[in-house]
Amino acid sequence: MSTLTSDPKRTTHTPPRRPTRPRRGVGSRLWEASPLTYLALVIALVLSVFPIIWAFLMATRDNRSAYQVPPPLLPGGDFADNVSRVLDAENGIFLRGLVNSAIVAGIITISVVFFSSMAGFAFAKLHFRGRTGLMLFIIATMMVPTQLAIVPLYLIMIRLDWTDTLQAVIVPFLVNGFGVFLMRQYAVTAISDELIEAGRVDGCSTWRIYWSLVLPALRPAAAVLGLLTFMLQWNEFIWPFVVLTPNTPTVQLSIKIISAAHYTTDYAMVFASTALAMLPLLVVFVVFGKQIISGIMEGSVKE
Amino acid sequence: MTTTTKPPPGERRQRTHRRRISLRLGRFEVKAAPYLFISPFFILFGIFGAFPIIFTVYVSMFDWTLLAGNQGFVGLDNFSRLLGDSLFWNALRNTFAMFIIATVPQLLLALMIANLLNRTLRARTMFRMGILAPYTTSLVAVGIVFGFIFAERYGLATYLLEMIGVGQFNWRNEQLPAWAAISIMVDWRWTGYNALIYLAAMQAIPRQLYEAAAIDGARRWRQFWTITVPLIKPTILFTVILSTIGGMQLFTEPLVFNYGRIQGGIGRESQTVAMYVYERTFGGTFHVGYGAAISLVLFLIIILVALVNFTLVRRSIRTAEG
Repeated sequence: MSTLTSDPKRTTHTPPRRPTRPRRGVGSRLWEASPLTYLALVIALVLSVFPIIWAFLMATRDNRSAYQVPPPLLPGGDFADNVSRVLDAENGIFLRGLVNSAIVAGIITISVVFFSSMAGFAFAKLHFRGRTGLMLFIIATMMVPTQLAIVPLYLIMIRLDWTDTLQAVIVPFLVNGFGVFLMRQYAVTAISDELIEAGRVDGCSTWRIYWSLVLPALRPAAAVLGLLTFMLQWNEFIWPFVVLTPNTPTVQLSIKIISAAHYTTDYAMVFASTALAMLPLLVVFVVFGKQIISGIMEGSVKE
Repeated sequence: MTTTTKPPPGERRQRTHRRRISLRLGRFEVKAAPYLFISPFFILFGIFGAFPIIFTVYVSMFDWTLLAGNQGFVGLDNFSRLLGDSLFWNALRNTFAMFIIATVPQLLLALMIANLLNRTLRARTMFRMGILAPYTTSLVAVGIVFGFIFAERYGLATYLLEMIGVGQFNWRNEQLPAWAAISIMVDWRWTGYNALIYLAAMQAIPRQLYEAAAIDGARRWRQFWTITVPLIKPTILFTVILSTIGGMQLFTEPLVFNYGRIQGGIGRESQTVAMYVYERTFGGTFHVGYGAAISLVLFLIIILVALVNFTLVRRSIRTAEG
């Protein structure tokens, strides 16, 4: 970034190193970030991460810390202690929730990525009657409020005898419109028509073309969709809250139950359970943050 | 075909015949495959997405409880009962209030942050990831953590407010403080997400436009309102619609914030419509028919509000343009 702030005369001697960088003069000054810009962004950053860090800090301290004034800003030494109480709480509901959520989110992620890539490929690259209309229908399904279906879905689950089982929170979410939309958007540009033609000339069936040519090319988008789906499912609350009981908890259900039971008696444990429940996604986010950001930004640019 | 020996005529005929069959099969395969590829979505969505929605309409016209089962057709009784249900109107009022208190500052703030992120920045990824971090947390976690921040008497929020000389608030059993606290939770989680969506749209704006405006003497603030905002209008409308759909269904944050009380505060200060649906359907009287009717009305209200917001925002941005 030093070139942006250096003496403008020097540009005449040294050509810009990267052609994509905005030109000098009005252009570059226009995009310069002032100290005030940084100040505002740092404030936004601190406000964004503080509650998360605070939860982790409180998870390492004892019960007096949550309401200490001013709030303590250093970790304590009680983390292991708090975690062991989390694991014991409500007959070990936390660990069961963790395992169940891993199963649920894992199965749904694989299914959503698989079915979405199939449908997305078909909508982007295959020709069939009703293609535009059906795609618009799928986009419209993204706009339907999920709450609308909760009461009748519950009646269906009673009829299927699925209440309080994991399939009740898995099966209804095996596909979603967003996934199809995202994969279609990516497939339109990522897969050339020549590639598919070449496959046809070689006598490949459509399935074969999908499996050996298209799916590998869709891998980056599939990874992003997988990450977003897993995050969404890990955090899902309302439907599990409706259809499951403490016998079959998900991770969100378990921390909700723990917090409702102990918020007046054992803050440190409540914080520890919350921090532990956030931890897997935070790790995923730190490792794959760039991909997640690009997924959100690309998924939003729609026509 | 470099072979010198020609196959006997009979064999050749057989081969072309076989090829024709495989060609016809191939053509059929090419025609049918797309439908097979999209069928998993439509089958699963049909069963667990479309059917329940139609079923909602059906159930809403019956006297149907989870305990006693279906007690028969009652027409629009559930809906007329809704009109006189003061608890429903209270929930609707709360939902609207929190939607507006949360969404307006959230989207404005997201626009500002996106505008800052669109500059040439050091540590760009760090800033982007930082403001998106709340999005990775669950609504339950947000509810729990902010429940402590807004704890009565000893919470962090009370401490900070007392530091600047503002008195105590009863965060759960007083309407405005409850609305404000829950709106802050919602904004904390979603502002960064919306900012990144705006940022994506802003990056598509040709930079020459700004240079031309700068030569004409337009300051940054003016450029923001006359170039940036009008040009990302489709994205703003998209986020307005999404926020409307999400905000009108608010459920988890107020529930967890009120320590799991479905009534949301002793005097139902922050009970939303979605919470009220739950209370009616899965608690108390277990009245599924009535719950379905409320869901349906909420759905219609969401469509209506989304349309109104869409028109309002579209108009107001056009005015800014001209």
